Amino acid sequence: MPLVSSSLNEWGNMNSAAKITVANLSRRTLKDKLFKGLVLFMSLITISPIVLIIYKLVEKGYRQISLDFIIKTPPNTFEAMTALSNGELIPGGIANGITGTLLMVVLASVIAIPVGVITGIYLYENPGKLLANLTRNISDILQGVPSIVLGLIAYMWIVKPITSGFSALAGSVSLSIMMLPMIVRSTEETLKMIPESIKEAAVALGVPYYKVILRVLIPTGFSGLLTGILLGISRILGETAPLMLTALGSSVINLDITKPTSAIPLLIWEFYNDPNMVDLIWSSSLLLMGMVLTLNLVSKRIAARTK
Amino acid sequence: MKLGKLPAKQFSQLLKVHQMNSDKITKGVLLLSSFVILFVAGGMIFSLVEGAIPALKSFGLSFIWSNNWNPTEGKENYGALPFIAGTIITSVAALLISLPLSFSVSLFLGEYYRGTRIAKILGPMVDLLAGIPSIVYGLWGFYVLRPLLIDLGLPNQGFGIFTASIILAIMIIPYATSLSNEIITMVPNELKEAAYSLGATRSEVIFNVVVPSARSGIIAGYILSFGRALGETMAVTMLIGNANIVPDGFFSTGNTMASVIANQFGEADGLKLSSLIAIGLLLFLMTGIINAIGKFIIKRMG
Repeated sequence: MPLVSSSLNEWGNMNSAAKITVANLSRRTLKDKLFKGLVLFMSLITISPIVLIIYKLVEKGYRQISLDFIIKTPPNTFEAMTALSNGELIPGGIANGITGTLLMVVLASVIAIPVGVITGIYLYENPGKLLANLTRNISDILQGVPSIVLGLIAYMWIVKPITSGFSALAGSVSLSIMMLPMIVRSTEETLKMIPESIKEAAVALGVPYYKVILRVLIPTGFSGLLTGILLGISRILGETAPLMLTALGSSVINLDITKPTSAIPLLIWEFYNDPNMVDLIWSSSLLLMGMVLTLNLVSKRIAARTK
Repeated sequence: MKLGKLPAKQFSQLLKVHQMNSDKITKGVLLLSSFVILFVAGGMIFSLVEGAIPALKSFGLSFIWSNNWNPTEGKENYGALPFIAGTIITSVAALLISLPLSFSVSLFLGEYYRGTRIAKILGPMVDLLAGIPSIVYGLWGFYVLRPLLIDLGLPNQGFGIFTASIILAIMIIPYATSLSNEIITMVPNELKEAAYSLGATRSEVIFNVVVPSARSGIIAGYILSFGRALGETMAVTMLIGNANIVPDGFFSTGNTMASVIANQFGEADGLKLSSLIAIGLLLFLMTGIINAIGKFIIKRMG
């Protein structure tokens, strides 16, 4: 801690050089109060966007939310234009986006969760090994890769060679690469918090290694793993950019993973670019935010309960 | 007695063999899955390089510093400078704008109101900023922030580097604060108490004790948030104005590497597609290096 001591010294010198007078003290107290005020003000500014954004989504989007909005597909531009000119709500909904998002998120989870959890266990079991360190570092770097680059990758890996066209599978692959490092990290961090003695007890009883993992490590750290998984899902739920390059979008409900598929964020992007449909962006965003927020809150609740 | 011992021995040996096999398989599976990540990462670099080769072959290294982006057939020429410049300028601006905000939040959470009820409300709210989808930020920037900036006299109908940077700044705040407020919380109380006992005010303690001893953590947090800013796509695409020029000022329109890929990918093939992939490769390398630096600083702190 050489940093701290040197700065303390500087501070000490500075202080001994300055005479402590009443005027000086009140000036310093004033400065202190001003700084605290500034910190409070800046913190308030920082959280204001979230309040403003949610307010805007609710204000402009709530009227459109109904059962139809969830179970119907979007109208075509002409229908939307007619409704607009009659001053009515735009008919239809975003069912194709909801099903597409669910399809791709589930598929991405199916790919990413097993690999991520097992890799996390590997890192936890071999903390000092060269390969483990390498994997950990690579996983950290993978976590920072921009989502649009993952879209390019899935385009080159899936869209061109495998499905020879835009597809839900390609979208899922890009999302799963995004999710993978998050799950690896959260698994390792969760397992690290499990007391060694619990594992040792199982090993001492002669329990095979795979049973130690399945019956001891995973159940004990289950809520931690779940938190990581839910946060990972909430992060990929709103991704737009990689899906533009992979799943492309579709105006009908599609559950075939080799065909282009829509997703809620993709629909928001389409509505945003279509002057007749633009009113639908708010309700779609509201629904998307609702899903993300719920997942966030649930995972926080789980995390809080285990602590 | 002999009869009794033998089967037991055999049994335990059998058990051992069986267990060793299953243990070996388990270890093998663990090892294999960790190769998946290495394989994915290696494959990504390979595919990006492979996809970028046609562009790099045609334009050579001048791809990086040529500012001519011309998709007209016959006169096709692609240079990435406008997008590299746009990316760096918006991200640096976003970092500068977010600095005072995220610093204040980490002091609020890690120092002034540590562990209080209000911190338990504010902390998750800041985390929530990371949960808002990029496209929703874009919509908000387009419909709420942009009109505001037009009223303030911003040119180009409110599109440009400045608008994009403000939204980016909000987006990256949680990435900077989550690390720095953790580090600020960890500053030993003895150090602070020593300063207080010498008569320091709270702000003096913050600037002379807390910040210096948490310095590398705070810096690492900012570096990681900068890495985030480099790769943000949708919100930037919706606000930056999408002009393929090297920005000539803070209020100029422009394009970032991520936004040009998102914008032009739809109609791209051949050389243009390869150029976009090359930009993706550059972006991958830039964010990789920035993140590695951030992680290195964190590792060095221990």
